Amino acid sequence: MKKYKTYLKYFIYFVISVSVIIISYRSAKPRYKPEHYTDIFKDFSWLNDWPKWLDFPLMQPLNSGFDWLIVNYGMFFEGINNFLLGLYTSMRNSIVDLPWPLVIAIVITITYFASGRKTQTTVLVAFCTFFLGFLSPRYWDKCIMTTCIVVIGMLLCIVIGIPVGIAMARNKKVRNALLPILDLMQTIPSFCYLIPGILLFGLGAVPAIIAIFVYAVPPLIRLTDLGIRLVDKEVIEASEAFGASKKQTLWGVQIPLALPNIMQGINQCTMMSLAMVVIASMIGTRGIGDEVLLGLQQLNVGMATEAGIAIVLLAIIFDRITQSYGEKMQERTQPKKKINF
Amino acid sequence: MSKIEIKNVYKIFGEHPSKVLPMVQEGATKEEILEKTGHTVGLDNVSLNIEEGETFVCMGLSGSGKSTLIRHINRLIDPTSGDILVEGTNVMDLDKKNLIEFRRHKMSMVFQRFGLFPHKTVIENVGYGLEVQGKKLEEKNKIAMEKIEAVGLNGFEHQYPNQLSGGMQQRVGLARALATNTDIMLMDEAFSALDPLIRSDMQKQLINLQTELKKTIVFITHDLDESLRLGDHIGILNHGKLVQVGTPIDIIMKPADDYVAAFVKDVNRAKVIKAKIIMLTPEDFKKNGEKQSNIIKVNENDFLDEFLPQVCLTPATVEVVDNDGNIKGYITEKVLSKALTKTNTNGAYKP
Repeated sequence: MKKYKTYLKYFIYFVISVSVIIISYRSAKPRYKPEHYTDIFKDFSWLNDWPKWLDFPLMQPLNSGFDWLIVNYGMFFEGINNFLLGLYTSMRNSIVDLPWPLVIAIVITITYFASGRKTQTTVLVAFCTFFLGFLSPRYWDKCIMTTCIVVIGMLLCIVIGIPVGIAMARNKKVRNALLPILDLMQTIPSFCYLIPGILLFGLGAVPAIIAIFVYAVPPLIRLTDLGIRLVDKEVIEASEAFGASKKQTLWGVQIPLALPNIMQGINQCTMMSLAMVVIASMIGTRGIGDEVLLGLQQLNVGMATEAGIAIVLLAIIFDRITQSYGEKMQERTQPKKKINF
Repeated sequence: MSKIEIKNVYKIFGEHPSKVLPMVQEGATKEEILEKTGHTVGLDNVSLNIEEGETFVCMGLSGSGKSTLIRHINRLIDPTSGDILVEGTNVMDLDKKNLIEFRRHKMSMVFQRFGLFPHKTVIENVGYGLEVQGKKLEEKNKIAMEKIEAVGLNGFEHQYPNQLSGGMQQRVGLARALATNTDIMLMDEAFSALDPLIRSDMQKQLINLQTELKKTIVFITHDLDESLRLGDHIGILNHGKLVQVGTPIDIIMKPADDYVAAFVKDVNRAKVIKAKIIMLTPEDFKKNGEKQSNIIKVNENDFLDEFLPQVCLTPATVEVVDNDGNIKGYITEKVLSKALTKTNTNGAYKP
């Protein structure tokens, strides 16, 4: 019975591949093909070099499909574009308008409370923030732009990534369906989705946010999934044995215990967003990344390095804040062993 | 009607358990099934009755299916075939909602590695069963505090589980199980992870609690001494099969097969056999016409090792009395030596 099924599967694969080859042969240009298809089996010279008629026609349908998408669903993409762009500009403008010492003060306050009142982290972050503008006054506003893009990209990742990760952990079918998609998102070169991003959303911040989402959401999804699956089985059994519903187990036990891992995912997500925002400067996204690009274009090593250092500082700021917040969370859920008798 | 009835339960782990089931029912062994189909037999035709208010100990080595069995009672695991009746309701017929209600109000569970929630304090852990029932915070904390006091953990209620020692953690687990005040308690190797001293402490605590609360307890263990100490009835599992069910004395005196015999071989009989088990009735004693020399009075519930040294010192006949001092029977030296002799499977003890 089982063998029969396997053979059937092989047979279907065989039929599909044969039909794909036939389709590619038929759609190839006549000048690339022999006069009659029976010639293939008489003259075997095509075995030397890859024959031009053996060409899977993927480009054409993709292009027409993309055009169709823009024509028919342009409104939809425009809606997304307007929403994200509005969010971005209002956020950017309000921060740029603030006097710079106030911005530093806000960053310090956020760090101080997010890290659980750790002075060391706060001082480090304050120093890095000050240095952003200190490196070059030009960088200050650009760093704010970059930060806004990263924050919006991250919010998008969190809002979509964590629920997806939870769904993956709870359902094997969802996981099997999503894993290849995540692999694809992580391996496909970023320019492959930056360019369609421009076509759909125009130049600027929005395609960068979309690119950040594609590039940075997989680790968050994976770590959320892993975190929830790593929760001790006996603890979940205990929860179930006392009659907790699935929802109660999820919110009361699984998510709190997976939080350290989820926080790690958010941290990873931030770092990858920052990496992407620099690449996105090549499609005209304004921010600190375009300084690096400018330096490269002018072969100005000093300029590129200076901008590079600014990016590293920005990364340190993001990393310290998310990391220390994660640590605080972990301390709360799994306090270190203290003996106080 | 028994409190818990388990009827012909089979559990097979693997991809297609229902296809393998007929093979198991026809009597193929665990090894054969594993070799032919790659499926593991967890439970093989287990039927059990557990009465109200008793402590039923389920014993077996690791891999014998005892933890699987206990998880069937609250349906953390679904059987491949068979029925489980708790107070007459078939657990297998419950839908999702009713199953949750059933778990909330009918039974609670204690776990081998405690199963405490590391992100909750002791009082939150103990109150968890009440929390999922939707009890108000105040009421929940009041009941939780009572149970924390009952297991002797006052003052630790705001600590986190990993700030406590193993024994204390398991007390939290016990308090959590007591808090929902269910009739049935399932204890899955509850004391196995504790060191011997704390273990015997916890056993004492459980016995004390049990004399007060009279719950129906299903206790899983791989430790024979523990099962003899706690159990009103003991069931022995081997490779997913129930080999023998009986009182502790039955198990020691009449082991059903070599497996059980090997299990009980090294038991200190004097510590587990009570005087009333082996005594001769006064009539029998007189009929045999054995002479009464010195007489030692013992209570019928005394274990043999409590008066054994005395008998050895001065050859004497033991007079067994009940709590009011009425003579219930006699133990002669011959009977005593017979009871203490290690027997093999075939030469089981005959009074």
